[in-house]
Amino acid sequence: MDNWRDGIFEAIKAAGVTQVAYVPDAGHSRLIERSIEDNDLRAVSLTTEEEGVALLAGAWLGGAKGVLLLQSSGVGNCVNMLSLARTCAFPLVMLVTMRGEWGEFNSWQKPMGATTRAHLELCGATCYRCDRPEDVRETVESAFRFAYFTNSIAAVLLGQRLIGAKVFEEPAPC
Amino acid sequence: MLNRREAISRLLADRGDMLVVAGLGQSCFDCFAAGDDPRNFYLWGAMGGAVPAGLGIALAQPERRVLVVTGDGDALMSAGAFATVGAEAPENLAICILDNERYGETGGQVTHTARGADLAAMAAAGGVGKARTVRTEAELADAIGALRSGAGPLVAVVKVAPESEPGALPPQDGPHLKRRFRTAALGVEDK
Ligand SMILES: Cc1ncc(C[n+]2csc(CCOP(=O)(O)OP(=O)(O)O)c2C)c(N)n1
Ligand SMILES: [Mg+2]
Repeated sequence: MDNWRDGIFEAIKAAGVTQVAYVPDAGHSRLIERSIEDNDLRAVSLTTEEEGVALLAGAWLGGAKGVLLLQSSGVGNCVNMLSLARTCAFPLVMLVTMRGEWGEFNSWQKPMGATTRAHLELCGATCYRCDRPEDVRETVESAFRFAYFTNSIAAVLLGQRLIGAKVFEEPAPC
Repeated sequence: MLNRREAISRLLADRGDMLVVAGLGQSCFDCFAAGDDPRNFYLWGAMGGAVPAGLGIALAQPERRVLVVTGDGDALMSAGAFATVGAEAPENLAICILDNERYGETGGQVTHTARGADLAAMAAAGGVGKARTVRTEAELADAIGALRSGAGPLVAVVKVAPESEPGALPPQDGPHLKRRFRTAALGVEDK
């Protein structure tokens, strides 16, 4: 059951998005590939996630809708820039792939993974969480409605259980 | 040494339908002092946000000229954005960096541009090939032409005197700034 990834893509298209800003995460790779292939989407690779917050504020000033794709660690890079979205009431949809939780092997992902939601909420974002494939599409759709009708920040947290924990060949150290 | 306020008032005179993003600190004040315009979007914070915000507008409105006016401190904080601009290569985006070699707004502490960093070279290395440093009147006159209508993306780093100019505070209310910009630039009336 991997077609929730295509469900996100379809929800993005249906919302009228034209700018897809991202710092890659393995969990977003299919969405990134499809965005690059789509002639009506501008897939903008960022050097840091906060750039995307400012980029999409600019997009809205120019009449375009966007979406920011990032992993949970990238939320930490956004904190101050989210004050731009919040102070000016820019609509912003963030799709966050979670790390540092279900089956995580990399302890360096834990600090941000454990506090992603709290960080976002402190920054004024409304968070929705998805752990089941059948919920993804409508959650993303409702995040777009919420952000663009109420001029606010909506974040969809895509659980690590949903995405599938990254598996490495090396046996884990004891 | 070039005077920042004079440089910006010349750059924004006869601006046509140019859309402007002003970075936090004195760049905002310079743009406001040149004559408030609803097509100016003033950042009162969001340090490091001016260049990527300008890029977002430029990609959304490829037929319109988009100008970012910002400081060296702001540009240094978003140095990676030069590479994003270089990669996206929007022809309608021009970036004017007022380089006083200081964090002017916070008391004039020197930035790295006073200690060897070269923002034009950084922009060029990031893929924005049309990047120049402006030090003289003649260079400024040429840069103003390029910033207004030269094929972008382009960056002009204007070396300006470190002295602060008198206060000139633009409106601060974010939703107001956003709405009036969208109305003036796009003709939409947000509810
Ligand atoms: C993230 C963040 N760090 C620090 C500051 C404090 N601050 C406000 S303005 C400014 C200096 C900006 O310097 P520059 O962009 O060169 O502007 P200018 O010299 O023209 O005032 C700083 C450091 C801030 N507002 N946000
Ligand atoms: Mg400065």
